Amino acid sequence: MATQAGIAQPIRPGGRVGSFIHNLKTGDDIAYGVVWLCATSIIVVTALLVLELWINSAQARTHFGFDFLITSIWDPMAGKFGALPFIYGTVVSSALALLIAVPLGVGAAIFLAELAPPRLSDLLTFCIELLAAVPSVIYGLIGIFVLIPILEKAVVPALKSSLGFLPVFSGPFYGVSIFSAGIVLAVMIVPFIISVSREVLLAVPRDLREAALAVGATKWESTWQVVVPFARTGIFGSIFLALARALGETMAVTMVIGNTPRIQASLLAPGYSIAAVIANEFAEATGDLYTSALIELGLVLFALTIVLNAAAQLLIMATTAKGAGASR
Amino acid sequence: MNKLLFISGLAVAALAGSAFPATAQTLINGAGATFPSPIYTKWFVEYHKLHSDVQFNYQPLGSGAGIKQITEGTVDFGASDILLSDDQLKDYENKHHFGVLMFPTVAGAAVPTYNIPGVKTGLNFTAKALAGIFLGTINKWNDPELTKPNPGVKLPNADIVVVHRSDGSGTTFCWTDFLSKISPDWKSKVGNGGSVNWPVGLGAKGSAGVSGQVQQTANSIGYVELIFAEKNNIPYGNVQNSSGAFIKPELSSITAAAAGAAKTMPADFRISITNAPGKTAYPVSTFTWLLIPEQIPDGAKQRDIKDFLHWMLTSGQDMAEPLTYAKLPKEVVAKEEKAIAKVH
Amino acid sequence: MTDHLSFQRKATNAVMLISTGVCTVFTVGALFFILGYLLFQGGKDLSWSFFTQLPAPVGEPGGGMANAIVGSAKVLLLATCIGVPIGFLAGVYLSEYGGATYSFIVRFTTDLLNGVPSIVIGIFAFTLIVLRTHHFSAMAGGMALGLMMIPIALRSTEEFLRAVPNSMREGAMALGANKWVTIVTVVIPAAMRGIVSGMMLNLARVAGETAPLLFTALNNQFWSPGWNQPIATLPVMIFTYAISPYPDWHRQAWAAGFILLSLVLVVNITARSIVSSGFSNKPR
Repeated sequence: MATQAGIAQPIRPGGRVGSFIHNLKTGDDIAYGVVWLCATSIIVVTALLVLELWINSAQARTHFGFDFLITSIWDPMAGKFGALPFIYGTVVSSALALLIAVPLGVGAAIFLAELAPPRLSDLLTFCIELLAAVPSVIYGLIGIFVLIPILEKAVVPALKSSLGFLPVFSGPFYGVSIFSAGIVLAVMIVPFIISVSREVLLAVPRDLREAALAVGATKWESTWQVVVPFARTGIFGSIFLALARALGETMAVTMVIGNTPRIQASLLAPGYSIAAVIANEFAEATGDLYTSALIELGLVLFALTIVLNAAAQLLIMATTAKGAGASR
Repeated sequence: MNKLLFISGLAVAALAGSAFPATAQTLINGAGATFPSPIYTKWFVEYHKLHSDVQFNYQPLGSGAGIKQITEGTVDFGASDILLSDDQLKDYENKHHFGVLMFPTVAGAAVPTYNIPGVKTGLNFTAKALAGIFLGTINKWNDPELTKPNPGVKLPNADIVVVHRSDGSGTTFCWTDFLSKISPDWKSKVGNGGSVNWPVGLGAKGSAGVSGQVQQTANSIGYVELIFAEKNNIPYGNVQNSSGAFIKPELSSITAAAAGAAKTMPADFRISITNAPGKTAYPVSTFTWLLIPEQIPDGAKQRDIKDFLHWMLTSGQDMAEPLTYAKLPKEVVAKEEKAIAKVH
Repeated sequence: MTDHLSFQRKATNAVMLISTGVCTVFTVGALFFILGYLLFQGGKDLSWSFFTQLPAPVGEPGGGMANAIVGSAKVLLLATCIGVPIGFLAGVYLSEYGGATYSFIVRFTTDLLNGVPSIVIGIFAFTLIVLRTHHFSAMAGGMALGLMMIPIALRSTEEFLRAVPNSMREGAMALGANKWVTIVTVVIPAAMRGIVSGMMLNLARVAGETAPLLFTALNNQFWSPGWNQPIATLPVMIFTYAISPYPDWHRQAWAAGFILLSLVLVVNITARSIVSSGFSNKPR
């Protein structure tokens, strides 16, 4: 810093070293250093996590290659490891959960965003967001002792008598099954769909609604044919978010899915999910191939949830920006 | 702001304080088989009452987990009813540069436990029937193989729901060991191990999980350690042994199976007593072992583990029978007392 | 003609709108059902011994979860001490200091970390800590949970710091304060309510996590002194007891579930009411 003749300057040592020492004394560089370190540590830890996953699954990856994803045999004794039963269980239970949660969730979001008076809407949304706070293991508890008996006594017999000819409802029902897991997951993810969908619906500019009503549409028509399509991308985003959540669920699923690594057509049959098999078998995976196969499963799950989460974020951001932009 | 500081100060103090144990305690951690967990947890509670400065924390994660965790060195001892194979022993030695010792503790029985409405305890199962049920070739309760040995019992025309272990289990090892011995079909198709490729059935975690699942599922059959079936009042059956008699799994028949082993017990205590010879022997019996490292560098832990082993072989054995585990034969106890010296 | 169409449309309107109401009732009803059931089942078996006794041996009735309650508190304390400072300070960095590209990288990485399934975090903590220290430990469990707390701590800190108007920052600097003094004495206190609320929600979420603890903290029948021993925690006990065949253990699982859920809900409700009463800068 050049001093200027005639203008009073504070006395301080000159040069870069000088200003560094000065900043140190005022604490700004230390403060910057500390917060920068924290931010960087997150990058370091995450990189370490991905690295550990990658390295520790190396044995399984090189041994099985791509076939890992399409083999359906999981036989630790024989050293044969295939991910397909778990991918199947994870995907099918999550798909069933979406099938139930999406209509329920979008319907409730529409009610809360369009119909309910603001204070009621806030109160109800508050209650629904509390559902998201219930721990997974408690959903599992209720799944085992409440849901499964209800399914066994009332729901499944009714289902079988009406739709029992369909292969998805064929076969015996033992309580623990992909069907039960799907229902528990549905209740767990519906708050996410409602919360985000409601936000994106509220972000749709008023003029659109009013324009539709002005040309004679009913409230429903205005909502379903104008507002929802506008917010469509955001709603899809919420679905992706919910799906990512469902894929990674461990405890509730492992308590009700039946823990059987077999692919069966019927939803009423027991199954297995990626997170559940890792939870059950990781502590006892003797032998490096077994352990690395489980870690490879973890890697697959991780990859799936990353992609879904990223897509969800983009979609949700796009909608809220669209809404903000259109209202200009 | 001051309140916040005060509370956070308290928290930090609590944090720091809890880092130091209240008294000088030796904390020993173990993990493994669920098969003997009722007697092990009882032993550790009783031992702690006698020696309040020693705490054995035992986690029944399954024999497979017991073997893995002791091999990785994350626990101080393991427990398993899976017989360690030569490969597994070598694996351990390669990792630690010393070996691991197996100490039999009690003998128990894996029993076929079932939940058939109207059918009480004591159903007779032939060896062929069990193999067929678990292979999936026999799938109805009123199959002749099941009705023949049970005249007077009304077995329903219902599908058999098989429940097996989903985790690496010594109970599975014992069960499949027996099935492999009596069914060449089973031996070739499935084989013997802690965790196998089950042809049929639902998986449940731990002996506790299997008993729970059988309890909740009509027309189901599973295999669990005797005490789990007894304590939960789930019916369990008799199994036909090599002499042709249907043997009830109980103390006397398990002791009979273990007695034969007294003479043939190898120095490393690795022996299978399934399908043991003897008219009154229950055929699906097994010892269960504690896995103790040959070298324990921590002096206090070494002393306490060895002391526990001595206690287990004397006072501990007296607690086994009330929980329907068979005591070790006297000759085996003597051999083990000598073997404890190997731990150094 | 017009009347007929009108009726059909009116009917559709009514039916669909009512259905959305039904969906809402269903969902809200699910919450109240879960709460009520847990209250009923868990509350009736809550006894003094539950809070004061250690678990009984396998198969024996009686005993309690005293060690699991304290254990959960301990592990959560450690998790908070790890997750909150790192997340908070990193949030300060992103809001007050960060350059465009590096901030993007940090945010991206944090979102990545947030998306990691909890069981995978458990694997990571196992390979990183348990295998290396040769111990299942409260420390490993606390670190796994702490890792899960970081992304949310960061996001909520950044969000509420950003919401503080620049005029406050500039005012402070005009009075001669340098950057870090401004942040500490002006910006953070202004955002404090929101940040505290975010941390509480974070804690409540992590309190119920079971999967990361399965192979880090493991479990313990006794008290767990220090940080280097396996430790009992409420979620793991609930899981272990729920899948067992013992009715007594089932009762205890319900009681533990009741306690866990009550704590989680109380913290959630408190946290949310802190924010909604007064300071809320979210544009609508």
